[in-house]
Amino acid sequence: MMKDFSIRDLEKQCIMLKKEVISMIHTAKSGHPGGSLSAADFVTACYFKEMKVDPKNPRWADRDRFVLSKGHVCPIQYAALAELGFFDKSVLATLRKEGSPLQGHPSMNKCPGIDISTGSLGQGLACAVGMAIAGKADKKDYDVYAVLGDGECDEGEIWEAVGTAHKYQLDNLIIFVDVNGLQLDGTTDEILPHIDLGKKFEAFGCDVYNIDGHNMAEIVATLEKCKADRNGKPKCICGKTVKGKGVSYMENQLGWHGVAPNDEEYKIAMDELDAQLAALN
Amino acid sequence: MSDQLKATREGFGDEIVELGKANKNICVVDIDIGKSCKTQAFRKALPEQYYNVGIAEQNGAGVAAGMATCGKIPFVVTYAVFGSERMLEMIRQEICYPKLNVKIACSHGGLTPANDGASHQCVEDLGVLRTIPNMTVIMPADYYSARKLVAAAAAYDGPVYLRFTRDAIPVIYDDSTPFEIGKAHMIKDGKDVAIIANGDTVRLAITAAEELAKKGIDARVVDMHTVKPLDVDCVKDCIDKIGKIITVEDHNILNGLGSAVCEVVAEAGKGIVKRIGVQDQFGQSAPYERLLAMNGITVENIVATAEALQ
Repeated sequence: MMKDFSIRDLEKQCIMLKKEVISMIHTAKSGHPGGSLSAADFVTACYFKEMKVDPKNPRWADRDRFVLSKGHVCPIQYAALAELGFFDKSVLATLRKEGSPLQGHPSMNKCPGIDISTGSLGQGLACAVGMAIAGKADKKDYDVYAVLGDGECDEGEIWEAVGTAHKYQLDNLIIFVDVNGLQLDGTTDEILPHIDLGKKFEAFGCDVYNIDGHNMAEIVATLEKCKADRNGKPKCICGKTVKGKGVSYMENQLGWHGVAPNDEEYKIAMDELDAQLAALN
Repeated sequence: MSDQLKATREGFGDEIVELGKANKNICVVDIDIGKSCKTQAFRKALPEQYYNVGIAEQNGAGVAAGMATCGKIPFVVTYAVFGSERMLEMIRQEICYPKLNVKIACSHGGLTPANDGASHQCVEDLGVLRTIPNMTVIMPADYYSARKLVAAAAAYDGPVYLRFTRDAIPVIYDDSTPFEIGKAHMIKDGKDVAIIANGDTVRLAITAAEELAKKGIDARVVDMHTVKPLDVDCVKDCIDKIGKIITVEDHNILNGLGSAVCEVVAEAGKGIVKRIGVQDQFGQSAPYERLLAMNGITVENIVATAEALQ
């Protein structure tokens, strides 16, 4: 069921979520802005266009599932959940604070709308596979969306899980790899070259789509293709992205993986995002 | 203790079929070692509830966690060494932290994969897993208690680690003996020494008590099948009424049953515990009884230890 959002609406929504991300991390004085911004377009498309969810009934049995395997970028998911009404927006200011439902990495038992706790890289995809298996077993028509980092694909468990997705013909599983090319200690090419991630997922039995991970129209069109093609193959979207996208001084910078902006940097970031928003109006 | 011999892994294999037939949400997630772990009857009888994810333990734990979020009750089945330590962080992150309804059911616990050598033996699992919040840790002592405790684990909503063993061992109980998670089973009461054991060593404790009786020493024998949550009341009763405790386990003497009992005794501020178990060393390829003997896990050592306490 397509929600009534135009591509332009989604683009604007994405920038508004990015502003929340910057505010949350600035307030918390810690968090991961770079990857939150690179995954923002895909997360927006999922929550505001493609996924069946019910903010009033977060554990609705027929909902689509969302697994943030790269759990450290949860600020972007928290922003989306708050905007949809899973919890009050004022909660966003409690990110990483004692007693907050918004843990530094997502906890399913603390935060409404989180389908599985994540944070230790490489583990989310197997959980998504388990959800997709259960969906098939129960003859449900929900889909499972899993967001992975490209650096995260260093982990062997990712490839074990893709093999299982292929075996059980999980065409209800849509994997998005946020290919921003950077991981904590350097570029992905420096740390552990992937050679060709798309080809790897293809070799493991997925339908692979290599797209621009910041092109909202392309993301939405690709997700529609994934949902239309129930051919027994898991779907993998490799989205080429820019870490820190939308904030000039963070873009493609290694230093902005897990650092909060100071007051001055915060203002610059918000001004830049406001300008991008104004340009869309 | 009867002359009938049956392995606890057989108890799991038989019970899981019955549970699966009664509840279609009960699933087996095998890791390509199902033949040894006795899931073949389940695989044959309930193919739609049976999954085999290949030689990929970490993935198996994650898949089970995801299934559990959707209402399934998956039993991840492998050998103890792989089902505890190979998938340990996945158990912690994706099963115990969210307190998901996943059971890890492992055969070949302790030194029982004797001829396979140290790589396949597992003397650390109970200790490692009992330190993870939300985890329940169980090791049954015979075929019938294994069946009862598998059923109890399936009925309990939360993570459970079940440790079975390879060898056919004497049947101690019958089908009518009730078993409850966290409630120790007293096999024989006594006033001079309490022998608290679990798993395959319970039979050694029973035989030792018989030997001790001949020497005029009246031993209580306790089957402490649940290492976590430990039956603290039972241990306290042993302290209050007897004061002298011997723990026996096929596990490292560090962090297992003996350590758990010592924690209670230390806080009580009275009583004495002697721990019999694996002496913080790896095993080797050898007959099981020899491996036990190398670590003093014998009837003779239990008897001698009890005598020395008198």
